[in-house]
Amino acid sequence: MQRSPLPGFHLTLGFTIFYLSLIVLIPLAGVFFKSAGLGWSGFWNVVTSTRVLNALELSFGAALAGASINAIFGLLVAWAFVRYEFPGKRLFDAFIDLPFALPTAVAGIALTTLYASNGWIGQWLEPLGIKVAFTPLGVMLACTFIGLPFVVRTVEPVLREAEAELEEAAATLGADRWVTVTRVILPTILPALLTGFALAFARAVGEYGSIIFIAGNIPNVSEIAPLLIIIKLEEFDYAGATAVAAAMLILSFSLLLLINLLQAWVRRGQTR
Amino acid sequence: MSAAKDHSLLDPIQVPAEFRGGPLIRKNAAITEPAWLRALLIGGALSFLSLFLLLPLLSVFTEALRKGFGVYFSALREPDALSAIELTLTATAIAVPLNLAFGVSAAWAIAKFEFRGKQFLITLIDLPFSVSPVVSGLIYVLIFGAQGWAGPWMSEHEFKVIFAIPGIVLATIFVTFPFIARELIPLMQEQGTDDEMAALTLGASGWQTFWRVTLPNIKWGLLYGVLLCNARAMGEFGAVSVVSGHIRGHTNTLPLHIEILYNEYQFAAAFAVASILAGLALVTLGLKTFLEWRHGDELAASRRH
Repeated sequence: MQRSPLPGFHLTLGFTIFYLSLIVLIPLAGVFFKSAGLGWSGFWNVVTSTRVLNALELSFGAALAGASINAIFGLLVAWAFVRYEFPGKRLFDAFIDLPFALPTAVAGIALTTLYASNGWIGQWLEPLGIKVAFTPLGVMLACTFIGLPFVVRTVEPVLREAEAELEEAAATLGADRWVTVTRVILPTILPALLTGFALAFARAVGEYGSIIFIAGNIPNVSEIAPLLIIIKLEEFDYAGATAVAAAMLILSFSLLLLINLLQAWVRRGQTR
Repeated sequence: MSAAKDHSLLDPIQVPAEFRGGPLIRKNAAITEPAWLRALLIGGALSFLSLFLLLPLLSVFTEALRKGFGVYFSALREPDALSAIELTLTATAIAVPLNLAFGVSAAWAIAKFEFRGKQFLITLIDLPFSVSPVVSGLIYVLIFGAQGWAGPWMSEHEFKVIFAIPGIVLATIFVTFPFIARELIPLMQEQGTDDEMAALTLGASGWQTFWRVTLPNIKWGLLYGVLLCNARAMGEFGAVSVVSGHIRGHTNTLPLHIEILYNEYQFAAAFAVASILAGLALVTLGLKTFLEWRHGDELAASRRH
């Protein structure tokens, strides 16, 4: 480390590490110690029980579906906001961050009311045979809502900075607009798109507040993994709750690692 | 006077008839989309945003006022609602200043000095963002709960954390932990150490340098971080739900109060309380947009629009 004449290094770094350990690291390590106390076979028994497997499948499946919808529509929104001018743009732009600012419980009851069979949207979907509230579809919808800003906000700056010269060059060389968009612009924003997808996914997997109201929470059908943790806690099954939590942490860290590798691979492909 | 003088060189009217609709126009078409496609894309984006964002927000206020202002205001004046507001404000008033002190301290260490493991430290600070809110609550139950490590000692000393206010405060601190640090670290890294070095050279003390030089430089970024931290602290549901025990009038925060009312089918009251939090979200978005617009150059690069 380099000596700096500025004061306060030891004080601030010391306080930072102390506070970080006290609030985050030590309590979080507790999850792994507690589930280690269960032993491997105990952990495996909890995690592979039908109800837990179904809950994990729903949480991860709905989060993946929600993040995919956000990848497509987030890209569309980012594109429209960066490339075009239209009335009300600034207002809509401010609203994109609503899912960050609106408490999840409020979002949860609002979505449920909208999509219930007598709700503003639900009443139109019901005759079509589409039930959203109290089904896995509702879980996916809530996952889409809370992940919405991530893709837009990660793609926007990259799209804004993409050089117009490249597009002009492609056009000069005879590429039509579709080819320019898919072969020149899309590869530039792909890493940002993947990052946004990963962030939206990570947020949706662990989400609780906005989902539990619309999910209906029917065991094995529309019960998410975070809710199962709470149910096990209420039954004083601390070890079981911790095992589910550990499984969730391990699964989401591995998936995020996979996406990071994919991103690195995409970037390498571009610089070559 | 020739007509050509009124037109610029690029004006299509000047293009000879045989080239009309030719190279010039085709080049423009190749770097943007035709008008109908533009309209379609804008329409698609705005419909998606309206359906997913505006409609839920609108429904909160509509449902809250469905039974009239009388029901609305009596839901807000009810003692349980008032104590929920008080607890939410208390937890926020403790969590935000603590995370503010941490954020400034972490940003000072990380942005102004070079040391090994810095990137790793930044990753660890971001950790609470990638942990499920429910797990954030669970970790404190494992330590302070009746069956937790500190449980027996605490019941001996009649000190309660879980199902009590300290647990709610702890969970709130955890979920809002990275907000301010995350805003300040990139901002202070961008600003470098030149200003501080100059102040020290001119004889200022360390504290004077911080108060008179660093703080004015980062004040808008700091406010931005506090704003986001505050919004999350007041609205947190999952983590607080695990540690609260839902004791009415005692350990109920505003979001938990909404849940109870909703599950008791008191929809108008639930939405009335929800409308306070939705109003808070709107104020947050408004201030955030204002900061990005007015003081964008004094926020971290990623926040500039």
